[in-house]
Amino acid sequence: MSELPLLDIDRMAKRYGERQAVRGVSFALWPGEVLAIVGESGSGKTTLLNMIAGRVAPDAGAVRFRTAAGPVVDLAALPEADLRRLVRREIGFVHQNPRDGLRLSVSAGANIGEPIMAAGARHYGSIRRAAAAWLERVEIDPARLDDLPATFSGGMQQRLQIARALVTEPRLVLMDEPTGGLDVSVQARLLDLLRRLVADLGISVVLVTHDLGVARLLAHRLMVMQQGQVVESGVTDQVLDDPHHPYTQLLVSSVLAA
Amino acid sequence: MSAAHPGYNFAYLDEQTKRMIRRAILKAVAVPGYQVPFAGREMPLPYGWGTGGIQVTASIIGATDRLKVIDQGADDTTNAVSIRRFFAKTAGVATTTRTNEATIIQTRHRVPETPLQAGQIMVFQVPIPEPLRWLEPRETRSRRMHAEADYGSMYVKLYEDIARMGRITTAYDYPVMVNGRYLMRPSPIPRFDNPKLDRSPALMLFGAGREKRIYALPPHTPVKSLDFEDHPFTVERWTQRCQRCGSGDSFLDEIVIDDRGTRRFVCSDTDHCDTRLERRSAS
Repeated sequence: MSELPLLDIDRMAKRYGERQAVRGVSFALWPGEVLAIVGESGSGKTTLLNMIAGRVAPDAGAVRFRTAAGPVVDLAALPEADLRRLVRREIGFVHQNPRDGLRLSVSAGANIGEPIMAAGARHYGSIRRAAAAWLERVEIDPARLDDLPATFSGGMQQRLQIARALVTEPRLVLMDEPTGGLDVSVQARLLDLLRRLVADLGISVVLVTHDLGVARLLAHRLMVMQQGQVVESGVTDQVLDDPHHPYTQLLVSSVLAA
Repeated sequence: MSAAHPGYNFAYLDEQTKRMIRRAILKAVAVPGYQVPFAGREMPLPYGWGTGGIQVTASIIGATDRLKVIDQGADDTTNAVSIRRFFAKTAGVATTTRTNEATIIQTRHRVPETPLQAGQIMVFQVPIPEPLRWLEPRETRSRRMHAEADYGSMYVKLYEDIARMGRITTAYDYPVMVNGRYLMRPSPIPRFDNPKLDRSPALMLFGAGREKRIYALPPHTPVKSLDFEDHPFTVERWTQRCQRCGSGDSFLDEIVIDDRGTRRFVCSDTDHCDTRLERRSAS
């Protein structure tokens, strides 16, 4: 791991009316690292993720991101046009519901091709080749390149969404419950796939989940959130095997041992 | 031509409204391809029949102008006849069907075959001005996309066409980039007419009545139709010639003329066709 963090989150805060959703969260993410954020519903995980992605404006705090070109920029303070350009090039987002991340009315190929076209590709043949190659990479039959995602199963849609998020080879990928809503065997396959892709591409990932099993399989480091605050963080196995905070202990003990 | 009807202000609209629309037109000309909102008025015809075009024409027309109105290329269809008569009555202006005699040409669906000249003004009737509408239903988002020139997603549509049909099948209202900056809908003209917009010596004004937007192409503005490097933009070609005038390079209408499916191909631009016929019988 390199010495400089890719992402440096500094005292992020967000309030929705009376409710403080995120209270002063700070952490750093190094290149190639997978960080899982766990916690119950309403603990501020998704809000935090959306603030990093520039989808929700934070009330306070900084999101320092080291760009491919070198300089570190604060995503929270970047002008909108620059932010959009940067996010499009260097940050991928995987939604819990593939319908939020896909265009269901256009073919699988167009879904994967859109980010490349948005980045400036104007050669139909090469866009199509890239799309077919990525379908294969996420274990979907390339013969389904021209099929609508609406005809895909839930697991396939999620894999298609992952291909769409990764096709531009972003340096940072943000995932919001990527395995939510899938049955267990499909989840296992998806986790295998994600693990392999993350290792192959050397991308950094911030993964939001409430499933400790997913966190254990994928994440190098774990952060536990409760009521908008980080209550415990550390190496995944260490936190899960030896939880210190009462909330983490409750969380770990409430999982059925398989 | 007869004098204007005394019951109306010149060209129907009141002077304040015309000034407001002229201001929108000036802004549109200053920023080619940008959609300028304007306070569109109720007109004495339904939306979709050319309310936007009529308001633009009413604001720019002067007593010495000569107006031509085309609908689907023809001067003698209901819409064209009604609008021409409307301005003859309310402004008392001269009208014509000849492209080269007109100073203002209001049109729906076609650009004349006869090359336009400097000093002429084309007024297009626009049903849907927003090229990103099919992609992004939210106006706030599509305006932001325009502001940031964020047009890459527009290629998704062309990609789908090629993936499904093997070629780009969008036949009319084919999206164009104006002056390398704004994405624009050229109104529902066939893509055959798109090259006529590029660096045209005439001023082109686009009026959308229902959505209350005006946009413009000043003379000599570069207009490029979207395409892929390996699937370049092309226009329609016919194997037939016009069966009236024999033209082999104009946009042809295919007309079924009996119950057995017999077809006849004729020029869509009636003035172009008639002029060629006259020239032939004269020589």
